[in-house]
Amino acid sequence: MTAAIDVFSSGPDRTGAAGKLGRGNQAGSPRDVLPGSKSRILHGPKLAETCAAWALAGPAFLLLIVLFLLPVIAVFIIALTDWQFGALSPKFVGLANFHEVFSDEGFRISLFNTMVYVLIVVPGTVVLGLLIALLIESGQSFRAFYRAVHFLPYMATLAAMAVAWEALLHPTIGLVNQALSALGLPTANWLRDQTTVLPVLAVIGIWQNLGFAMVLFLAGLKSIPQDLYDAADIDGADQWLDRLRTVTLPMLGPVSMFVVIVVALRAFEVFDTVQILTQGGPGHSSEVLLYTLYRESFQYLRTGYGAAVTIVFLVIVVALTLIQARFMDRRVHYK
Amino acid sequence: MSAAHGFVRPATIARHAVLLLTAAFIMLPFVWMVSLSLKPSDEIFRASFSLLPDQWYALENYKRVLTSAPLLRYMLNGVIVCAVILTVQILICAPCAYALAKLEFRGRDALFALVLIGLLLPQQVLALPLFILGYSVGVLNTYAALVFPFVVSPFGIFLFRQFFRSIPDDIVHAARLDGLSELAIVWRIMMPMAMPAVIAFSIFSIVSHWNDLFWPLIAVNDQRLMPPPLGIMAFKNEETGTDYGPLMAASSLVVLPLIVAFLAAQRWFVEGIAKGGVKG
Repeated sequence: MTAAIDVFSSGPDRTGAAGKLGRGNQAGSPRDVLPGSKSRILHGPKLAETCAAWALAGPAFLLLIVLFLLPVIAVFIIALTDWQFGALSPKFVGLANFHEVFSDEGFRISLFNTMVYVLIVVPGTVVLGLLIALLIESGQSFRAFYRAVHFLPYMATLAAMAVAWEALLHPTIGLVNQALSALGLPTANWLRDQTTVLPVLAVIGIWQNLGFAMVLFLAGLKSIPQDLYDAADIDGADQWLDRLRTVTLPMLGPVSMFVVIVVALRAFEVFDTVQILTQGGPGHSSEVLLYTLYRESFQYLRTGYGAAVTIVFLVIVVALTLIQARFMDRRVHYK
Repeated sequence: MSAAHGFVRPATIARHAVLLLTAAFIMLPFVWMVSLSLKPSDEIFRASFSLLPDQWYALENYKRVLTSAPLLRYMLNGVIVCAVILTVQILICAPCAYALAKLEFRGRDALFALVLIGLLLPQQVLALPLFILGYSVGVLNTYAALVFPFVVSPFGIFLFRQFFRSIPDDIVHAARLDGLSELAIVWRIMMPMAMPAVIAFSIFSIVSHWNDLFWPLIAVNDQRLMPPPLGIMAFKNEETGTDYGPLMAASSLVVLPLIVAFLAAQRWFVEGIAKGGVKG
C-alpha cells in the first residue's frame, strides 16, 4: 500500500521522466530567458552589473585559465617537443612523439590491456549492477541494507582496499587459494601470473564500481511510470518475467546506455590497483594507459613522450564524455 | 515491481539468496582486512583458515601503526588537505556560480564555456603541466602542492549554478532592495538556501581527495606530507609484505572514517558521489 501512495506522490515526476528523460533540468540551455532580466535593466546600468559579475567570478575565472585552460594547451605543445624534464632547451619535433607512441610495442600492449580491462569491467559491472538493482526493487525487505552494502566499495579508499585484495589473493595464505584448494580446485598466483593478473584486476574493478551502476539503475527504475505496469497488466503481462521483458528493460534502455559510458570512463581511469598491486607486471601484462602515462611522465621524466600519451588518453576520455553528455540530464535519486 | 503486484515465496527466497551472495562478494575484502588486522603474524602465516584470531593481537597491531608508523600523520594530512581544498573551492566557486546564475554580463557565455571545458578534462590529463607549474613555482613537496590543482572546481561551479538558478529572482531583488551587496547575497541568501548542493559537493570533494592517490604520488615524496592512500602505499613497500597485521590495521583505519560517515548519512553520500561520478 505504501508503494501505491508513493506512486501518487511522485506522479508528475515519473511521467516527466518517462517523456523526455529530463526532469526539469536547469542546465540544458545556458541561454534560457530569465524572467527577471527586464526589471534588471531598470535597476541599474548594465555596466555596473558586468563589473559586479566579474568581481565575483574573477578569481574562479583566473584559476580556471591557469589550472585548466593553459595546462591543457601546454600538453599539446609539449607533445610536439622532445623535452625530457630537467634537460635544457627542448626541440620542436612535430608529430614524432605520436609516431613513437604508436610504434612502441610497450604502448600498444598498454592500450590493448586497457581495452581488455574495460571490456571485462563494463559488462560485468553493468550486468551485475542491473541484476542487483532489479532484485533490490523486486521486494520490500532489507532494501536499505542491500543498497548500503553494495555501495560501500565505491567510496572506500581504493589504495587501502587494494592492500586487502592482495591479502585475499596471496598465493599461500590468501583466502581465495585456501578455499580453492579445500575444494580440490587448482590455485594460482593471481597477481604474479601473466594470464590471470588482468582479469583479477578487472574483478576488483567490478567490485568497486557495481554499487555505482546499481545506484544509477535504481534511479532509472524509480522513474518508470506505474501506468506502464498497469497497462502491461491489462495486456496480460502479469508475470514478473513478462513485465521485466515488456516494460522494465525497454524503459531502462537509455539509462543503461548512460551507465555503460560512465562505467567505461571510470574503467579507463584505472590506476590505483595497478600502482599498488602490480606496477604493470608481470612483464607488461597489467600495464594500463594511466600507469604508462604516470611512469613515462613522472618516473622516466620523458615529458614530451608523456604528453603524447596524455593526449591519447584525453582523446578517449573526451570522446566518451561527449557521448555521455547526451545523457547528462539523467538525475540520480536515492531513497 | 512494487508490492502491489505481490510475490510468491520462492521468488523472495531467490532474491535474498542472490543479494546475500553478491553482498558477500562485496564484503569479502573488508572482512578479510579486519580479520587479519586482529591476528599476530604467526597466525596469519599459518595455513589454516579462521575468521577470528586464536590469540587476539588487535591492540598490538593497531598500537603499532598509530605509534611507530606515521599513520596518524597520514590521516592528519588527509584531514588538512581535504579541509583546505573544500574551503577554498567553496570560497572561489560560489560567487562565480552566483554570477553565472543570476547576473547578466558580457562574457558570461565564454566563462560558462570555460567551466564546461574544465568539466570535460580529467585531472590526470592536467597532471603533467601542473607538475611542471608546481616545480617552477617551487611548491612541489609541500602542502600547497597537494592543494593547488584543486582550488577551483568546475563541477562545484556547475552544481552551485544549477542550484542557484532554481532560487527565484525575486529573492535576489528583495535582498538588493534591503541594501545587501552582491557578495552578501551570495553568502547570506544563496548559500543557506543551496545547502543540499553544498552538502552534496562537500561529500564529493572530501571523498575524492581523501581517496586520491594519483596526484599526491606526483606532488610529494616526503613521508610527513603524505595523505592516507600514499601513506598506505609507502607503508606497504616498507613492510614488503611480511607484516600483514599492522598493514591491515592501517588500511582499516584509513577506510574507516568514510565508511562511518557514509553509514551515518547514506542518502547524502550517494547523491554527492554519484552526481560527481557522473560529471566524468
